Amino acid sequence: MVKEAIPPISAQASSADQPKPGVHPSGNLAVKCIKCKELLYGRDWEKNLKVCPRCNYHFKLTAQERIDLLADPGSFVEIDADIISVDPLHFVSRSEVYADKLEEKRQDTGMNEAVVVGHITIEGLPLALAVMDFRFMGGSMGSVVGEKITDVIEFGIERRIPVLISSVSGGARMQEGLYSLMQMAKTSAALAKLGEAKIPYFSLITDPTTGGVTASFAMLGDITLAEPGALVSFTGPRVIEQFMHIKLPEGVVNSEFALQHGMIDAVVHRRELRHTLAKLLHLYSHNGNM
Amino acid sequence: MVYDLEFEKPLAELEKKIHALQRKGEHLKPDERIQLLRAEQDLQHRTEEIYKTLTAWQTLLVARHKDRPYAADYIRLICDDFFELHGDRSFGDDHAIMTGPAKLDGTTVFMVCHQKGRDMKEKQYHNYGLAHPEGYRKSARVMQQAEKLGFPVICLVDTSGASPALPDEERGQAEAVAYNLYLMSRLRVPIIAAVIGEGGSGGALAISVADRILMLEHSIYTVASPEAASSILWRDRAFGAQAAEAMRISARELKALDLVDELVPEPLGGAHRDHQLTAANLKAALLKHLAELKQLPVDELLEQLYQKFRAIGKFGRVS
Repeated sequence: MVKEAIPPISAQASSADQPKPGVHPSGNLAVKCIKCKELLYGRDWEKNLKVCPRCNYHFKLTAQERIDLLADPGSFVEIDADIISVDPLHFVSRSEVYADKLEEKRQDTGMNEAVVVGHITIEGLPLALAVMDFRFMGGSMGSVVGEKITDVIEFGIERRIPVLISSVSGGARMQEGLYSLMQMAKTSAALAKLGEAKIPYFSLITDPTTGGVTASFAMLGDITLAEPGALVSFTGPRVIEQFMHIKLPEGVVNSEFALQHGMIDAVVHRRELRHTLAKLLHLYSHNGNM
Repeated sequence: MVYDLEFEKPLAELEKKIHALQRKGEHLKPDERIQLLRAEQDLQHRTEEIYKTLTAWQTLLVARHKDRPYAADYIRLICDDFFELHGDRSFGDDHAIMTGPAKLDGTTVFMVCHQKGRDMKEKQYHNYGLAHPEGYRKSARVMQQAEKLGFPVICLVDTSGASPALPDEERGQAEAVAYNLYLMSRLRVPIIAAVIGEGGSGGALAISVADRILMLEHSIYTVASPEAASSILWRDRAFGAQAAEAMRISARELKALDLVDELVPEPLGGAHRDHQLTAANLKAALLKHLAELKQLPVDELLEQLYQKFRAIGKFGRVS
């Protein structure tokens, strides 16, 4: 019998990406890195912030894990926890019933949607934040993701505190049609208002960030950070390959590619993230006030 | 009239019958004359019926019709003195975006458009209307000029999407689109966007964050091409028609959902039947909305645009 000693990993959308636990002959819980196949021992892997120590692959974090990584302990206050999707198009097609899928995901993940928003402090400095979660329908952006992100940006404007959005997304949510596309404009407009209020916005890009999320708030940071080796692109490798009739080598459109081509400010290892954000919060403050 | 779309087959057959009768000319017998009249009426009614109730997929076919007017056609028909501007002042000149000042009924507006291209040479020149980052950056430059000088912006939207190739990634396609969304949302002049054919996802949105969003009656606007949606949802591009229906991409459905401000009527059977009439309808709609928007003080204009997009989205709350 395999006992789970590592933190709960959602069985659903991320199961293809998360390592599968097994028992090492020595008795320690072991997981296998999906990129380099290295055996990672449960507790070490956790201590290493779910980053493979051999190949440096940064595994996906849940929204809660990301918040715990960044926030001063106990500082997180959630807002909009009760917002849920309502299937605006009554999307039913080829046995894909959006309403059922939503319910399924809510049950699986214990989350209401693909983003958690609220505010934290980092080394005592306040920060409004939105953290996306890939387990909920691949982090796809529909009405609720757009609404919650817009709300938290407006919260930042109101309280005059900087905003961080941690992105992970397969793109816009097909099942909400044009409502999803418009969330790109809605969130970008809120960021433009934040900018006019002279409040900084930090974008954090994690693996994978694609489509309508990349082509809106993810690429609008006053500072744009990315985790190492994250897929970050407009369409994605498969679309590029199909369009150009070529085969791309593994991992071409990633954080390092984006940095090299002038699209982001820095690639930051997960263990440096909290410290980096603290530094930025200090740098971007006018003697403690915004 | 040519009825060349698959759902127009019954119309094509009726028309064959009509032509056969018409060829008789003077030699038509009285009962044949009646037949001809009836057939012509029948054709009219059937065309109206079909075009009043086009499915999303059928609308897409009309929106993609090879003879449908493109931006260059509308500019020629409704504007005077259009002067095309070129270049993004950074990398190059994207021919998929056609932009510059023009006179619309005597006042200056800045046109920002996708241009697809009619024959093979044109299509290649305009990259089939698939804009590169430098195209969006050219449009940003021109919109900022319009704002600086106090002229309204009119965007004619017609693209199956932004160019997705690797060089586009290198030049920052996502950032180019995002920047336009940011810019347009606070642009201090009226902006009207009219979808004249295909509103293809982010590539279309990048020039349609506007005070008014119009759509030609048989145009479409979608978060992803139906083929791409089919591939994403079902790992197979073959179910585009189902995806189109489920996503409700037609102008008529989007108006019913209140996602767009107004539908511009097309001639019976689609814009490709009568470029002049379609252009006249478009011009009238543009002038009407321009006149309304010009009345608004700038701060009110900006706040209305903000609230317009703010209100888009459907959600509930857990009780």
